[in-house]
Amino acid sequence: MSARRRTAAAALLSVAVIGGALAGCSKKDDKASADAIQVNASDTACELSKTTFPGGQVKLSVHNKGTKSTEVYVYAAGDKIVTERENIGPGTHVDISAEIKAGSYEVACKPGMTGDGIRQKITVTGEGGATAKADTRLQDAVTAYQKYAQEQADATIPVVTQFAEAIKAGDMEKAKGLFAPSRVGWERTEPVAESFGDVDPKTDTREDGLEPGQEWTGWHKLEKSLWADGAITDADKKLADQLVADLTDWQKKIPQAEITATSMANGAKELLDEVATGKVTGEEDRYSHTDLSDFAANVEGAKKAYDLLKPVAAEKDAELAKTLDSEFAAIQTLLAKYKQGDVYTSYDKVTEAERKTFADSVNALAEPLSKLAAAVVVN
Amino acid sequence: MNAETPSAADPGQPTAPSGEPQGGVSRRAVIGWAGAGVALGAAAAGSVAAATLRDGDSAPGAAPSVDIPFYSDHQSGIATPVQDRLHFAAFDVTTGNRDALVKMLKDWTKAAAVMTGGREVGSGATGLAEAPPDDTGEALGLPSSRLTLTVGFGPTLFEKDGVDRFGLRAKRPEALIDLPKFPHDNLDPARSGGDICVQACADDPQVAVHAIRNLARIGMGVVNVRWSQLGFGKTSSTTPEAQTPRNLMGFKDGTHNISGTDADALGKHVWVAPGEGPEWMTGGSYLVSRRIRMHIETWDRTSLKEQEDVFGRTKREGAPYTKQQERDAPDLGAMPEGSHVRLAHPDSNDGLMILRRGFSFTDGTDGLGRLEAGLFFLAYQRDTRKAFVPLQQRLAASDRLNEYIQHVGSAHFACPPGIRKPGEWWGQALFG
Repeated sequence: MSARRRTAAAALLSVAVIGGALAGCSKKDDKASADAIQVNASDTACELSKTTFPGGQVKLSVHNKGTKSTEVYVYAAGDKIVTERENIGPGTHVDISAEIKAGSYEVACKPGMTGDGIRQKITVTGEGGATAKADTRLQDAVTAYQKYAQEQADATIPVVTQFAEAIKAGDMEKAKGLFAPSRVGWERTEPVAESFGDVDPKTDTREDGLEPGQEWTGWHKLEKSLWADGAITDADKKLADQLVADLTDWQKKIPQAEITATSMANGAKELLDEVATGKVTGEEDRYSHTDLSDFAANVEGAKKAYDLLKPVAAEKDAELAKTLDSEFAAIQTLLAKYKQGDVYTSYDKVTEAERKTFADSVNALAEPLSKLAAAVVVN
Repeated sequence: MNAETPSAADPGQPTAPSGEPQGGVSRRAVIGWAGAGVALGAAAAGSVAAATLRDGDSAPGAAPSVDIPFYSDHQSGIATPVQDRLHFAAFDVTTGNRDALVKMLKDWTKAAAVMTGGREVGSGATGLAEAPPDDTGEALGLPSSRLTLTVGFGPTLFEKDGVDRFGLRAKRPEALIDLPKFPHDNLDPARSGGDICVQACADDPQVAVHAIRNLARIGMGVVNVRWSQLGFGKTSSTTPEAQTPRNLMGFKDGTHNISGTDADALGKHVWVAPGEGPEWMTGGSYLVSRRIRMHIETWDRTSLKEQEDVFGRTKREGAPYTKQQERDAPDLGAMPEGSHVRLAHPDSNDGLMILRRGFSFTDGTDGLGRLEAGLFFLAYQRDTRKAFVPLQQRLAASDRLNEYIQHVGSAHFACPPGIRKPGEWWGQALFG
């Protein structure tokens, strides 16, 4: 076995030498690995090679030297997640990249993937190489997106309040009618909401996503009561109030969201990932079958982020912008066929063949969308 | 890290002996450097010849494992030696945009040239931290494993539901018929047909799957996978000097297959000759795929005599009835009426031959506790109307094997001639 490997290696080396000019973009990689912050995670420690470093595109090179799988988080004040990586197996190594602005943060390693983790304070200074030449148009895009996220949250509160009132009044039909509309603002900006690590588990967890010991709260518990159980309990009425309170908490946190051009672009792709894994399959709203409403909101939110980044994207990669324009238009045209007035077709009425068409359309958009982040922030 | 670490190709630079100029880092370069300690000494004395060595070469008795050239008059993956593994995919075109389809075919051709050379797609499996890598990465460190990628165009690409979708209707070859229904067919539409097919064959299933996966990814927005089939254990070879492989019924399959080096037979039975149909198919071949489910459990409790009677050959040796050796000329009259070999033999069919390239499959169980297994039959021929169709009509009517098999999937594709040099693309003569 090893003998064959060596033969292979020898042959290869010759290819490399003969091929000659393969160096290509290795320079960039070398720079990145040289600048990476080494994180040695063990069962009892979380050691960083540097705790003060310049902002911009930051790479954490994580080595799990412990015996348990671990997670690594970078938290801003109030435990807002800047970036995270789960499921880093013992003895494995992963690189995490994120755009981090100047400020104070904490890095947490979570051996066993539970609890608050072992924390290290870090300071990110303002003289980042990558941010130094930041395009002012990107800063404008971030500002505009932050405003959009706030507007979506602001518009959600009155609707979710009506939804809660209907539940407390025991008005099933009214509550059912308000369920999907109450989710639209959230679904449009879900990656922002999810960056506040504690809000999403309280408001948007599905029954199968519950961790042992976790109480089920939020939209989907109420959805199950309304559609599957056909009854509103006293506990549900309390949950309705709690949903309003949790979403008000979300609304107030938006100004603190760590939004960057990279996170906007990646967020747009993540919204399509949400569609691909949760909505196209009908898992998200399995009792109400209002998946297409969430689907449309995810697409709208992704398009908003793209539209704001488009001036830069179109300049740096005109072909990509052209493709994204036509694929966003195609998917929105497709969705429009399933909308009657303000209501989308119930997903249990959507055939397998139609679902495949949706899946194709999501693939056609999400694949080029995954290239947006690099297109707007690199070079 | 070393500044010379080859992590991406400089476009326009030759990167490997095959001369493909478009991108492509050697996947094994990564391993080569990682394990370079011992290798360095060998490399110092290395040569151009060393560069073409492949893993298997050093293993005594192993099949030679050199890359199969992508550029050739005929597509590789037809007459070239049959590999051990298959991933076959049939795609539907989901766009009406002809330009998008043409662009995809060009991108596919480039990626295919790179992958069959054991190199990484696009700018490789790593690169910019902010972007998903071009290559999906699961073949990193693996050689080409004799990967071949063979493309074909189905009848529905030319016309579907009466619509001339891409202005190709007039170019549809007459030989690319809608296959007739044969007796006992129980075809699942979800496992049949398709606008475009890609046959990926390799000695390593991971390499074959990687190839189909990356092509499917490149094709997103233009095509989707209609159905796909994994196969193992080639059931026919194009190298008759080698041991004849066996199918899941335990019998040797393809004893009399066309040899990949028999130019006369290939010209007579496999390659489309000039003037036969549209010019774009000259040098190409027609592919019929049939997913043939075997009733494994009933077969296994059939007596040896019955099994041998069904085929007309002995099980262990594969000798024709009344003969001693597998390759002895068969006495068809000595074989039972309706035995498979007697019916399918060229002497019973006016000398008709097809080039078989099938693989066994096992796709789990069928919900009744029975193996969902059988033969994924692939046959290449010069004119399907004069080869597979009459042969299958004859077999469907009276083959004793029919009691133990059922055809559950079917497709027909026109496979154009090969890509002769970099810059050409699959379907160029058809769309051009």
